[in-house]
Amino acid sequence: MNAARARTIDVAICLMLLFAPFWMNAIGGYTELATRIVVMGLAAMSLNFLLGFTGVLSFGHAAYFGLGAYGTAMAIKYWGIGSIPAIVLGVIIATIAAMIIGALIIKLRGVYFAMVTIAFGQVFYFIAFRWNAVTGGDDGLTGWRRLPINFGFAELDIVQNDRAFYYFALAIFAVCVAAMAVLLNSPFGRSLIAIRENERRARFLGVPIEFHVWLSFVISCLFVSAAGGLYALLNNFIDPRALRVDLSGNLVIMAVLGGMRSFWGPLIGAAIFVALQDYVSSHTENWMSVIGLVFVLVVRFFPRGVLGMLRTGAKA
Amino acid sequence: MSQVVLFNVFNGLIVGAFYALMALGLSLILNLSGVINFAHGGFLALGAYLAYTLIPYVGFWGALILAPPLTAVLGLVVEWLLIRPLYGKDPLYSLLLTFGLAYIFEDMTRLIWGAQSVPFQVPGWLMTSLSNQYFFLTGYRVFMMIIVAAAVGGLFAVLKYTRLGMRIRAGTRDLDTVSTLGVNVRVLRSLNFGIGIYMAGLAGVLAAGLLGLSPTIGANLIMPSFVAIIVGGLGSLLGTLLGGLMIGVASGLAAVYFPSATEAVIYVMMALVLLVRPRGLLGEEGRLH
Repeated sequence: MNAARARTIDVAICLMLLFAPFWMNAIGGYTELATRIVVMGLAAMSLNFLLGFTGVLSFGHAAYFGLGAYGTAMAIKYWGIGSIPAIVLGVIIATIAAMIIGALIIKLRGVYFAMVTIAFGQVFYFIAFRWNAVTGGDDGLTGWRRLPINFGFAELDIVQNDRAFYYFALAIFAVCVAAMAVLLNSPFGRSLIAIRENERRARFLGVPIEFHVWLSFVISCLFVSAAGGLYALLNNFIDPRALRVDLSGNLVIMAVLGGMRSFWGPLIGAAIFVALQDYVSSHTENWMSVIGLVFVLVVRFFPRGVLGMLRTGAKA
Repeated sequence: MSQVVLFNVFNGLIVGAFYALMALGLSLILNLSGVINFAHGGFLALGAYLAYTLIPYVGFWGALILAPPLTAVLGLVVEWLLIRPLYGKDPLYSLLLTFGLAYIFEDMTRLIWGAQSVPFQVPGWLMTSLSNQYFFLTGYRVFMMIIVAAAVGGLFAVLKYTRLGMRIRAGTRDLDTVSTLGVNVRVLRSLNFGIGIYMAGLAGVLAAGLLGLSPTIGANLIMPSFVAIIVGGLGSLLGTLLGGLMIGVASGLAAVYFPSATEAVIYVMMALVLLVRPRGLLGEEGRLH
């Protein structure tokens, strides 16, 4: 019964994503908005690998999102390589950074872990902000564009064609999400959930806690940096705001808003948040207050998120 | 050359004093209630703008006395309405809530007082230099150091010698036992929060006199405050004070030798401390788990 329900949700979400460019326009959206939802959804789902399934709160994931984005953008600008190798390079850079920082912070838990991730999240922001010659500083990195994808036998024009770019982003999204699903269903994934439920008990059962949390952190950062790479390609531009703590907080609220105990929750949260941000910022100057209010309301009234509430409703 | 170094060390000490003042408030709230108050910078900005609004009516001295307690009152209201229901829950929620509050505060400050920075008048006689050789020793800077020292001294005295302070210290170690012994933990947490916000308000008034006043004043000071807490040591207020001053001086010195690393240097320090001593310089053992 429950498994059938879960299967239905999986299929429904896949179908919605597959046809998003078509129905998005019908309800007043546009293709680029759908792409942004997919990109932020991937970022939020990657964060949730750590937050929802390992029970470790990172409030600094923007750093790795931004590193992936800057890596991708700089690879294209300075070396003129294709979009996919550029993303791979961005992911490698971000993952190495995550490995190093993860090793430093792994001893901390709970609020302290969150606080250290906040603080470390800002390092790369200041580097990008200050290192004008390479990163373009506060003005961002301009003077580059995403390149068409060449398969050898055919070329996919993701430069001009918004829909083609959407499906390119969706393909990367699918690869990352499938990888995360496989990982979560593996023995490794089960032991992460054991850590979330009861760290002490998991330790007694012989789970190497520090190593598993570190690995979960690195995996989470790896996928979030892939989202960052897509984000850079989507905008053909990148600036230090992609590295700032605001984005880290937004990713966490997306996960919570959608339901951090469910696999698809963060995607739903990202869809709501991105659409709302798009709508509000074009209608009022005080969008920051509205976004802030969303944080307060979610925490006070929907702490379990949309999917969490649906599940409670189904049980009752 | 040595004068430049001395100037930057002194400047670093002053900036470090701000970090420390702000971090002490954050640390108080974190240690007793387990809440990372991301809106702390918002309260700091609020304190500064309240003082700015009050100055025409009560003068600089009146504002310096009135603005911090007013900020603290607002802090108490926020704590009572929004944060209190989240105690004992996953710290994720209080962090998200205060994060949202920080957005609202910054936006409201901009709405009420404008996005441009505004001049903040400090009495003229405080702005004169005290020494010809050491031009940077203006009266305001020295005066600020004295106020910060007094505030920090006052805080430590309250914690050490009063009944309230004793309860806060005890609650930091074991709140359940303190509650069992008949202390009203709700009131204790509220008062503790109020003290923390008072420190933020005071830091705001002083910072405005030195750095000028703009809506992002709080956001710029909060990150180094987190670093100060981590470097100084988890659970130790003395550590927080030390951490604040240390990173202030470090970024002051970096400004002389590696100007582009002024901000990054404090994170390098944090990384080193975490590598060698994860609980921080004066951190208590057992706080990590």
